[in-house]
Amino acid sequence: MGSSRSASSRRLDQGLESVMVWVLRAGGWASVLVTFGIVITLVKESWPFFQAVPFVRLFTDTMWTPLFSEPQYGIGALLAGTLVTTGVALLVAIPLGTILAIYLSEFAEPQFRDWVKPMLELLSAVPTVVYGYFALLTLTPLLQKIYPDLPQFSMLSAGMIMGIMIVPYVTSLGEDAMRSVPMLLREGAYALGDGKLGVALRVVFPGAFSGLAAAYVLAISRAVGETMIVAIAAGLQPRMTVNPLESAATVTAFIVQVSLGDLPHGSIGYQSIFAAGAVLFLMTLGFNLAGHALRRRFHRAT
Amino acid sequence: MRPDLFHALQAKRASRRRSIDQWFRRLGLFLTLTTLGILGILLLNLAMNGLARIDWNFLSSFPSRRAGEAGVLSAWVGTLLLMMVTAGAAIPFGLAAGIYLEEYAPKNRWTDFVEINIANLAGVPSILYGLMALGLFVYQFQFGQSVLAGGLALACLVLPIVIVATREALRTIPSSIREAAFALGATRWQAVWHHLLPYSTGGIATGVILAMSRAIGESAPLITIGALTFIAFLPPAPWVDHVPFVSFDWLFSPFTALPIQMFNWVSRPGEEFQANAAAAGLILMVITLSMNAAAILLRRRAQRNITW
Repeated sequence: MGSSRSASSRRLDQGLESVMVWVLRAGGWASVLVTFGIVITLVKESWPFFQAVPFVRLFTDTMWTPLFSEPQYGIGALLAGTLVTTGVALLVAIPLGTILAIYLSEFAEPQFRDWVKPMLELLSAVPTVVYGYFALLTLTPLLQKIYPDLPQFSMLSAGMIMGIMIVPYVTSLGEDAMRSVPMLLREGAYALGDGKLGVALRVVFPGAFSGLAAAYVLAISRAVGETMIVAIAAGLQPRMTVNPLESAATVTAFIVQVSLGDLPHGSIGYQSIFAAGAVLFLMTLGFNLAGHALRRRFHRAT
Repeated sequence: MRPDLFHALQAKRASRRRSIDQWFRRLGLFLTLTTLGILGILLLNLAMNGLARIDWNFLSSFPSRRAGEAGVLSAWVGTLLLMMVTAGAAIPFGLAAGIYLEEYAPKNRWTDFVEINIANLAGVPSILYGLMALGLFVYQFQFGQSVLAGGLALACLVLPIVIVATREALRTIPSSIREAAFALGATRWQAVWHHLLPYSTGGIATGVILAMSRAIGESAPLITIGALTFIAFLPPAPWVDHVPFVSFDWLFSPFTALPIQMFNWVSRPGEEFQANAAAAGLILMVITLSMNAAAILLRRRAQRNITW
């Protein structure tokens, strides 16, 4: 009798097991479905736009005014804004983030590091709309004291704040990479008489380089896709310029600007934001895959 | 070279190296404190401009054309409802995906693909989740510009965070625990349910808190689905006084949220509206920073209590 009960409870366990396998597998599929959802929606909704617009005009037009009665489709005007704000952000985040990573990994006391690292990560937890507020109403007036001709909306101000936002990505990933460089390599360099900074720059930095590169690439992807800071502080007017002291719209800011207005399903405005979104997706996909590959290579090497 | 000269030269070099090291140590410390200082300045700035605006009236009033009378009632209620949808969708799916990938998935191309896919999803700009929600949830599924569409958009956005946190929490459990359960005849699910999940609660909870804090601060995806900024009413309550006592009408109600309300105020001219923006920003910062602090403490405690 005992054995028959245990047999039936075993059957029950097996039944539950096979049900749960399917439930859990469905969760894994959900993440794939999200990607398909994004790709399919972008392709489907931007298709009419790319059908109607001659492909060469994307590159030969010098302005991006798809909503005007005589529209221009020079996507370069939006890409310029993205390029400049991202460039400014990287000029802040890469040197600062790398120095902090070297300092925290090679110089700082372990207790200090354990305390500082989560604090630094709070910087990337700040809601981006708050950063936008800060760029527009605090940093821009401050910069205007140094350079009075700076307009109210500028790519410089937005880019600098965006740089602060992505410092933790560089520092955190960079520091992890540098710390996983084997101690033996450092000791070898010390034995040859090098100092701490020398070891950090000549041994640890090159040793961790693919890990650091992954951190940089992911930071670029963040900056390219960042929306609220640039929409608030860099301006909403597409402009073909590489001067960070001017205002210009990024790809993301354009999507926000159009979304704020009335946006009937299927209108040219509706299609144009999906077209901009498709361009944005391709750019970030490239950076994300490169970052993933670099990180994998680094983990395999160490 | 004379030996004493050689030694003197070497000592000089060593002392120069030490002073360079000392100099870099100071630079690193200075930059660390400056960077952290920016966070402090940000908070101080919001508090100086916005703290005076925060009172009961601000929390219990609808937005208004007159800055002095405007409040965040519909915004914080909207944020709360959004988070119910987001948590309800992202936590079960994220947990399931995490458990599947860590404990069940065979090593093959499909699993590799799913992993690359999750790594990429974590880096997709938030605004693209908004475009997906606009095309798919708002128009294709006809949810409209509703709490449901917004909450699901945010759920997709934070799904990778929950998945990665679940996997990392499970990965820290030594395989001897699994083997012990299997040796006693447990099925895989029994091992997960009775052993692995209880041991990884701390790590998973940390990830869930971080995911929710990310979702609370997001505005871009909500703007793209057309979340209105001027909402002077509340969605219908989730409870009613007749059978079955719960109602899901709120899921299909238009909404606004705290970050959207703040964005609306930032983009208006006039110092009074900017004070409102600062007040809304302060509330957002307090919520997200305390959630992050809770997550950090939880992670520390979970790490300290476990000795395998």
